[in-house]
Amino acid sequence: MAEITLVKALNQALRDALAEDDRALVLGEDVGRLGGVFRVTDGLQDEFGTGRVFDTPLAESAIAGVSLGMALAGWHPVSEMQFDGFSYPALDQVISHIAKYRFRSRGRQPVPLVIRIPYAGGVGAAEHHSESPEAYYAHTAGLKVVVPSSPVDAYHLLRSSIADPDPVIFFEPKSRYWSKEDGELSTNGAPPIGTGRIVRPGTDCTVVSYGAMVARSLAAAARASEEQGIEVQVVDLRSLVPLDLDLLSESVRRTGRAVVVHEAPMTAGFGAEVVARIVEDCFDYLEAPVLRVTGWDIPYPPATLESHYLPSVDRVLGAIERVTGY
Amino acid sequence: MGQDLGPQRMSEEPLHRVLPLEGEPGPDPSTVGLKEEQLRDLYRLMSLTRRADLEATALQRQGELAVYPPLIGQEAAQIGSAFALEESDWIFPSYRELGAAVVRGVDLVEYLHFYRATWHGGTYDSNAHRFGYVSVPVGSQILHAVGYAMGSKMDAGGIAVLVYFGDGATSEGDFHEGCNFAAVFGSPIVFFCQNNQWAISVPLSAQTVAPIWRKAEAYGFPGVRVDGNDVLAVYQSTKEAAARARDEGVPTLIEAVTYRLGPHSTADDAGRYRSEDEVKAWRTRDPIQRYRRWLEAAGIADGPYFESVEQEAKEFAHRMRTGVIGSDPRPVAEMFEWVFADLPPHLARQREEALRMAGEDIATRGGTDG
Repeated sequence: MAEITLVKALNQALRDALAEDDRALVLGEDVGRLGGVFRVTDGLQDEFGTGRVFDTPLAESAIAGVSLGMALAGWHPVSEMQFDGFSYPALDQVISHIAKYRFRSRGRQPVPLVIRIPYAGGVGAAEHHSESPEAYYAHTAGLKVVVPSSPVDAYHLLRSSIADPDPVIFFEPKSRYWSKEDGELSTNGAPPIGTGRIVRPGTDCTVVSYGAMVARSLAAAARASEEQGIEVQVVDLRSLVPLDLDLLSESVRRTGRAVVVHEAPMTAGFGAEVVARIVEDCFDYLEAPVLRVTGWDIPYPPATLESHYLPSVDRVLGAIERVTGY
Repeated sequence: MGQDLGPQRMSEEPLHRVLPLEGEPGPDPSTVGLKEEQLRDLYRLMSLTRRADLEATALQRQGELAVYPPLIGQEAAQIGSAFALEESDWIFPSYRELGAAVVRGVDLVEYLHFYRATWHGGTYDSNAHRFGYVSVPVGSQILHAVGYAMGSKMDAGGIAVLVYFGDGATSEGDFHEGCNFAAVFGSPIVFFCQNNQWAISVPLSAQTVAPIWRKAEAYGFPGVRVDGNDVLAVYQSTKEAAARARDEGVPTLIEAVTYRLGPHSTADDAGRYRSEDEVKAWRTRDPIQRYRRWLEAAGIADGPYFESVEQEAKEFAHRMRTGVIGSDPRPVAEMFEWVFADLPPHLARQREEALRMAGEDIATRGGTDG
């Protein structure tokens, strides 16, 4: 099987979902004729028509609110927020209605919709184009939050998200859009939402990450092994909500040490949740404090400074050394 | 300056009106587009609504409801518009549409579960009544209605969607985005604004300068200004707009000029921001009395009919009161039941703790609503 980029894998997932589910719709800004600013929806309008794949006026709150209305009418909308930093106008609809509708309706009205958000930095972009807003969504009860890190997972997770009866916020790591992988793209054996994955086995320390930072965590793990003989187990959460608590505690109980890595700022970031779960579930097994390697607590910096903001391999390695040397 | 010019300009705006304000003769019944039985039903529904609304306010005062937003004064706007729709049409309410719920046959005890704080959205089945759940963030439901209208058009079509909101909501971005989307996608929708003059304490003149109905022009569809205390005029305007939505996919913005005789909600003291004279003036334009005068003059209904309606309204409100008072809080287990389709592990843990603390059986499930 040929290698495929993450963008192509997402494109294929949307194509297959549109073909197999005649209630699935793709909508957003520039998703039609242009095929999306990252080409994730490339060719879909030609193939499925303007009734199934369509551009909307430039209004994010409406994209979210109207998607909910279409879900109430029995459709399965997959809508796109063009960039992380432009998703905030839609937050009211997401928090006040999309996340609450099943609850409010006493289970009578499911909300099977997906909101795709290209997120995170490392791509040299302008202000508002590099943010990591996953904690806002993870903190909102009623939403599932999914973050793939690789092309094959991206395909599977997007298919599972579209098939899911609950609203899913689907974060696409921009800096990994052009990464390549080969593997089978079908729904056979697709992991259910809520399961993480051990992407590198190891016994000395667990590094927990998701999205764009998984590759960087793997790079740090490789160096730890090569340079110091430290064997790091890398866990890709894949889904922040639901969180794979079993995998997390199994891994940390085995290694006794953990480092959490994400791009978003540290304070009240999702890493705090992961650390708290580890402390609650694995306290007796811990050999060292659990550390976080994250973006700084500052607005996302200008692109010429972002290499000083994003967790670097050296910073991850430093944290691994601290917990293993404790 | 705009705030001073606003009201002056409003008075010069065109207004669709059918019923006389005072004792003038009014229209020949054969010209209004309704059978006599339907004409009587409009009165009946307004009367049931008035009585239930007063009862709900009383229930709040007695501690049986947590809060309630009275609609008194707006009965014609709500009943006339909801009555003009086909059964297959959809309604998306805000939070003051008990009257529209009455037209849709929604059980008011189930509706008032929202205000008794026993369940968000009430416990009625939205799909069965084609009447959305109570939506509190101002104007936010407009987008759901537009989405529903877009979605229904992509299916067989043939239905109209009507969304209620107030004058304050026209300042919200969701109103503008919703109107624009509806126009761009040719959605079968009626934007029904009950302009009751006050958004809690802020008068219309401080809310917007351009007359509400005229905003439609900016989106590229018709706007209508109608006397919201004239049930026949509201009926006609809505009927026409709903047909335009269904048949042509053309949205309409209806501004129903009415007045909120009560406070914003039972938690509000309207005396702090508006004069008793203003309220008194609007009380003389009571939509139910005004309609009753015409029904009598036109020979459509008489004393015994009005008495029978009064009796029915009394019983209707009494049943509602009994049902509300008799309803208990839902089981604690229901808090966890419908957050997701399936209970994820982290919630399963929390549910267990909550039930243990509440002394509820771990096997307790909510109703079978799902």
